[in-house]
Amino acid sequence: MLDVRLVKRRDAFALDVAFQAKGGSTTVVVGESGVGKTSVLRLLAGLDRLDDGHVSLGGERYADAAGGLHVPAWRREVGYVAQDYALFPHLSVYENVAFGLRAGGTPRHRIRPMVDDALGLVGIPELATRASHQLSGGQQQRVALARALVLSPRLLLLDEPLSSLDLQTRRVVRVELRGLLQRLPCVTVYVTHSPVEALVFGDQVVVLDGGRVAQAGSRDELLRYPRSPFVAELVGTNLFVGRAADPLTRPSATIRTPEGPVAIEASSGPGTVYLTVSPREITLYLAPPDGSAQNVFEGTVLELVPEPPGGERVRVVLGTRPILVAEVTREAVAALSLTEGMQVYASFKATGVQQYA
Amino acid sequence: MTLGGVLVLLLGLPLLSLVIGIAPGDLVARLQEPFILQALRLSLLTSLASTVIVVAGGLPVAYVLATYDFRGKRAIEAFIDLPMVLPPTVAGLALLVAFGRTGLAGQALGVAGIALPFTTLAVVVAQAFIAAPFFVGAARAGFAGVDGSFLDAAATLRGAPGYVFFRVLVPLAAPSLIAGAAMSWARALGEFGATITFAGNMPGITQTMPLAVYLALQSDLEAAIALSVLLLAISFTVLLTIRLVPSRLAAVAAARARRPAG
Amino acid sequence: MNVLVSIALTVLATPALAAQSAGPAPSRLIVYAAASLTDAFRELGRMTEGSLPGLSVQFNFAGSQQLALQLEQGAPADVFASADQRWMDRATEQDLVAGEPAVFTRNRLVAIVPSTNPARIGKLQDLARRGTKLIVAAEAVPAGKYSREALQKLADAPGFPSQYDRRVLANVVSQEENVKAVVAKVQLGEADAGVVYRSDVTPAVSRYVRVFEIPDPYNVIASYPIAVLKGARNAGTARIFVALVSSDAGQRVLQRHGLMPATTAAAAAVPAAVQP
Repeated sequence: MLDVRLVKRRDAFALDVAFQAKGGSTTVVVGESGVGKTSVLRLLAGLDRLDDGHVSLGGERYADAAGGLHVPAWRREVGYVAQDYALFPHLSVYENVAFGLRAGGTPRHRIRPMVDDALGLVGIPELATRASHQLSGGQQQRVALARALVLSPRLLLLDEPLSSLDLQTRRVVRVELRGLLQRLPCVTVYVTHSPVEALVFGDQVVVLDGGRVAQAGSRDELLRYPRSPFVAELVGTNLFVGRAADPLTRPSATIRTPEGPVAIEASSGPGTVYLTVSPREITLYLAPPDGSAQNVFEGTVLELVPEPPGGERVRVVLGTRPILVAEVTREAVAALSLTEGMQVYASFKATGVQQYA
Repeated sequence: MTLGGVLVLLLGLPLLSLVIGIAPGDLVARLQEPFILQALRLSLLTSLASTVIVVAGGLPVAYVLATYDFRGKRAIEAFIDLPMVLPPTVAGLALLVAFGRTGLAGQALGVAGIALPFTTLAVVVAQAFIAAPFFVGAARAGFAGVDGSFLDAAATLRGAPGYVFFRVLVPLAAPSLIAGAAMSWARALGEFGATITFAGNMPGITQTMPLAVYLALQSDLEAAIALSVLLLAISFTVLLTIRLVPSRLAAVAAARARRPAG
Repeated sequence: MNVLVSIALTVLATPALAAQSAGPAPSRLIVYAAASLTDAFRELGRMTEGSLPGLSVQFNFAGSQQLALQLEQGAPADVFASADQRWMDRATEQDLVAGEPAVFTRNRLVAIVPSTNPARIGKLQDLARRGTKLIVAAEAVPAGKYSREALQKLADAPGFPSQYDRRVLANVVSQEENVKAVVAKVQLGEADAGVVYRSDVTPAVSRYVRVFEIPDPYNVIASYPIAVLKGARNAGTARIFVALVSSDAGQRVLQRHGLMPATTAAAAAVPAAVQP
């Protein structure tokens, strides 16, 4: 059981992240670059000091800013695989994997079998005698993993483990790594900028935005209830966040959002309300529509993307406020002679809006 | 191009002239003179000792300078570099004033029954003082050049700071450390001004090769040239080794990497 | 000043010199002089400059052996003043000297101890006491050679123990490459005693050291010869400078700096020095 609150302030940037994770599970911390993902790992590993918050792992306190506690990295039972793997260039593969055992004082006669096991676990027993500079990217990644796993860490930290690999290798490693992580008893924290990896690996996904948690939850929860533009984009839906204008009005209600009012079927009550609109619910017009359409947004066509590539439908990205994505048929595009830069009206019905608190 | 040629000539000609300034037979005969052998022995002994001191003391200093930022760091760096630009005689005088009988540290040492000036130890101290910046500078650059990710990795692999220092940082900075140690050795070997000022000139005790050359020059030009050629040969060998050893080391390391150590 | 002007006039009256000085007078006089002459010669240089406007006297002070070596290698100089005959002879052999070198001053050795006198030296005999830290000049340096000769003479002197010289030399902790370094280290209190020239005990030094005279019969008196050089660019002015050094006024300056008169008839040497 991992329980953390990580606060780190640096110049204009401030990181404040809290989450918990169960043993054997993988938590993916996902976000665009510069949101502090690597800081999260460095704080967990003990390479950097907390400005505030705490790190505890299975009841053991690794760091507690209030108490001034900071267990240094080398005393934590944490494995850390850096983005560039950082294999020691002066040591062979075998010695790289044996490094932590030797540093920790494992008896000499036990080192060889443990190293062999670790190399076997990641599927490269034949590479023991190689120099680290003779390895491909994928092989380096496995060595780095074996080097961390041979110490049986209680917390495994992976920083963009696939990003240094070419596309071909990435597919293979992704499958293997997923299988491996599912077998490991330790808590794994996996950092990535890739939404796909987040959904593949994450039992729990923590979405970081601007140094803060934009949303955290299980994979299914994220897919069903996105609560940030980042997650909405990741899931491929349109998101509005607002508050009910008049919670007592039924059956129809209006939600006030920073981008303007959105009409929905019924308001559930006070507090923040999240609204999603499927791209298929959005209809496009060349002139302002009249009639039953309650929600109309005006803007230019930014992008036309066939979906799937060369398929029957087209994703239309609109320069409205907020940016909306509509999905229409090819016929509709032809009928409206849609081109990029064209002025259009996007409309959706109150009944087409999903809402949750 | 022309300027380059002039520079090469400027560097090479005096050295070449020294070598051809004495007949090989005379050279060999001269080198067997006891005072030359004595000076050679003393020079090798003291320069090695001072290099050991410089390396032992310089490693932590270089590490701190390469790793940490603190107030007054620039001043400390300039201070360490000072012996490199000071006239060695000034350095010798400073040492004399500090470690001499009436000096600040000298008085304390005197109480402990230690008198530095005019001893072989004084030669070592003078050489270490002059040569230290060469090692500290190179070691510092070497340490700073080691990617921090290796140190972080080592720390997360149960590596205590001391273990990481000797098993990761030092091996990765080894080429710079070796080059720095060799430079500081070569500098110590050639040290004259600080030695003669601080340690004096006494055959067998403080008369190193450069002092012997200088004194020989006062009376016996041929002996001075013989000594100079010897000093030149040793220094050249050291400097050549610096350039050859790192690549050899890399080859050895690669060969060792092919065999797993138990 | 009057003395100098009269010397100058005398020198210029010599026909050969008058012819030489007919061209534009070179404005620079270069004097190579033994290090022990530093202070005295600087003063004499200023005197010369004072009476010959536009003239600049430049000195190269170093060990005589070094100066001789530099001159041999073709260093441009007008005057050479050596601290011993040996190096002047060498210069003469190399055909560097114009005319006959003349001895213009003499110097004698003294023993000095720091004013704190850590080894409690009370007389010259105490230098032989075991454990005394003594510094002398190296044997290749004139002062070093003379020191050893003087010690040898003292060994035969009444009141000195047998093998005095060996016992003293056994106390030597450093053989300095020039005599000024001996002075400096005694002055700093690093050595218990040193043997130097009397002229090295300048007013600036005398505050820090005590002097033990070595009696004349056992002392070694260094003779300082001076000569105009063949390669002199400024031979006329060079002769004026040499004449000044040997004149009464010059001798007074030298004596004020601890040097001894060349002979009782020092002034008599002047005409000899100016003979072409």
